[in-house]
Amino acid sequence: MSVNADAAILFQLQQFDLTLGKHRVLHNINLTVRQGEKIAIIGPSGAGKSSLLDVLYRQQPQQIALCPQQGGLVDMLSVYNNIFMGGLERHSSVYNLLNLIRSFNTPRTDIQQLCNELGLEDKLWHSPDRLSGGQRQRVAVGRALYRKQPVFLGDEPVSALDPLQAENILQLLIKRHNTLLVSLHNRRLALAHFDRVLALRAGELVYDGPAAALSSNDLDAFYAA
Amino acid sequence: MRPDNDALMLLNRLPGVRPAHSSGRRLRRISLLFIAIALACIFLADLALYPTDPWRELGRIGWGFITPYWADSSTLFSALGQTVAFALLALIISVPLGLMLAVFYHWRPVRMLAAAVRSVHEIFWGLLFMQLYGLSATTGLLAILIPYTGVFAKVFAEMFDRQAPEPALAVSPFSSRISRHAYTLIPQSLGEMRSYCRYRFECALRSSAILGFIGLPTLGFHLETAFKQGQYSEAAALLWVFFILIASIRFWLRGWLLPVYAALALWLLPQSPPLGSSYAWQFISQDIWPRALQQGDLSAAATWYWREFSQVAWPALLQTLYLTQIALVLTGVIALLCYPLASQAISGRAMRWPGRLLLLMMRSTPEMMIAFILLLLLGPSGLPAVLALALHNGGLIAFLLANHSEQQPQRADDPKGINRYFYLHTPRLYPGFLAFLFYRWEVILRESAMMGILGIATLGFYIDSAFEEIRYDKAFFLIVVAAVLNILIDSLSRRIRRRAGADRAVGLG
Repeated sequence: MSVNADAAILFQLQQFDLTLGKHRVLHNINLTVRQGEKIAIIGPSGAGKSSLLDVLYRQQPQQIALCPQQGGLVDMLSVYNNIFMGGLERHSSVYNLLNLIRSFNTPRTDIQQLCNELGLEDKLWHSPDRLSGGQRQRVAVGRALYRKQPVFLGDEPVSALDPLQAENILQLLIKRHNTLLVSLHNRRLALAHFDRVLALRAGELVYDGPAAALSSNDLDAFYAA
Repeated sequence: MRPDNDALMLLNRLPGVRPAHSSGRRLRRISLLFIAIALACIFLADLALYPTDPWRELGRIGWGFITPYWADSSTLFSALGQTVAFALLALIISVPLGLMLAVFYHWRPVRMLAAAVRSVHEIFWGLLFMQLYGLSATTGLLAILIPYTGVFAKVFAEMFDRQAPEPALAVSPFSSRISRHAYTLIPQSLGEMRSYCRYRFECALRSSAILGFIGLPTLGFHLETAFKQGQYSEAAALLWVFFILIASIRFWLRGWLLPVYAALALWLLPQSPPLGSSYAWQFISQDIWPRALQQGDLSAAATWYWREFSQVAWPALLQTLYLTQIALVLTGVIALLCYPLASQAISGRAMRWPGRLLLLMMRSTPEMMIAFILLLLLGPSGLPAVLALALHNGGLIAFLLANHSEQQPQRADDPKGINRYFYLHTPRLYPGFLAFLFYRWEVILRESAMMGILGIATLGFYIDSAFEEIRYDKAFFLIVVAAVLNILIDSLSRRIRRRAGADRAVGLG
């Protein structure tokens, strides 16, 4: 799974600082991400993981499928339309508006297929407010997958899932995307599926290196105050 | 938002100015300022009381009110049907138009267009289109749907601003703006939009009814006739039918019935002559401009405009403003006095339905009709207009406050009765109350200008007279003056709402 050091650079930050109001969110971040890397971002809440993803997203919005922490689901629309939303830019406005009135066959087949993989096979026409937290999260992941982009940025995309499901969904995400940056609470998942780990604490990058070099204990240390 | 806050911070730092520790104090200062202005306006405005004998007439009106009577039910129902038809069709057209504009509301020309069309009152639009299309369905529809489109554009755009941004973030920024809105912000605000459209439908019914006052065949037409002939039982029958119509909206206005209603409405509308474009063009390109301007004599045109402004528009504008400021404060007083009547949490269960009925009648009766009745009683001054505006808007705000006060969290040890009113509910509701009131400011201004067509010396009086004298250039100029004044007050009200920190209340344009 090792990444070619000559692969094109996707994201780059040099001595990057981000201040919101009086609050210093990110400080002195040096980071280079190349195509093909699978990166886990860990750290206690408030460490700046979401902000970092936000900053990276703005560098390459045209090739990123983003999965924000709140999921961004629209409760008034069906699961089908919530996932279809991921592909809006692939169709004309007229097509998109007609699809709201009555779903088209092709996307319906695609999305039904996607829902089968996500374990949502019978939920296609539910609205997200009738689903459990874990199901909602999988709908959000479904939308990101339907973006069909090479790069995936996820902010805790599997936090509400049970370990087995989390495992499966992560594998699906890794299979469908060439490059991933995913913030995770679950340290075991970070070690098992990613080849590089970024650890953030209080807005600073305290570790950036191969996942293989880390033990579970090292990871625990990053979460300690 | 930021510049105002900065200005406020700066103000707080000046020597002798204490920082605003208390939001309550800031609201109190604004309230007192408006009360002081209103008191000054009382001396400036024309509020003369004429020595009529109001009590006898009032007695007859009161008797008529409890003995409603209508001989010929077919005219009553046709007037009722026309009223609903205009309102419904205007809304069916203006909602999608407003939604389109709302999607592109970030674009300055769209915002300006929306502000311009909603700053002119339905009655003035009606008077304008009447010159073109006569007393036809076209006139009635356009008069309602044009300003309503502007209102919907603004209110929908504000709703979009309040929605959570995450769904839009998870969609490609390279998809079209229409697609993104159709999948994110529009479905996110659907519930809010639906209830706002319901509320607006009620407004449209009122607009449609008062268009009768300029001759369209809606309820207002028959009402004016009945009142002028002193047939108070007939007038009361119309009013009662109108109250029932509004009170029962939620029972008969169903989404799935809309196509049926729309078809019925189309069938009910009066005949309309085909839209001739030749006269419309002459009207727009020539009739509404002074002769000097048509001849290219700019200095003579400037002299003409200045004369009309200084001799007619300015005094009328001042009268309009005086009446507006008095009506605004009186509206607030009435709202605060009346809302506990309809709030179960304060007045108890027994009072709730009588209180609600009273507020429903206050807010359902168009200002114009109240003013018309009061004019008969009190004579032609600003007083009937002020009272009518305050009763109608006060009832409307009181209704909203009552609903909010019933939703407040309750504790077992809460005080009861009057203490509850002063210590719990009113202070909690006060920021929202001020926001509602400032939202209505612009509406009250538009209405008090419009009331001129009843013979009160506000802008509407001169606009109506100019149309009667077929001086379209003058009428158009005065309408523009009224519109500009309205836009200024609208932006001032927005600033004050922000500064008062009372900007969280939902749109009630």
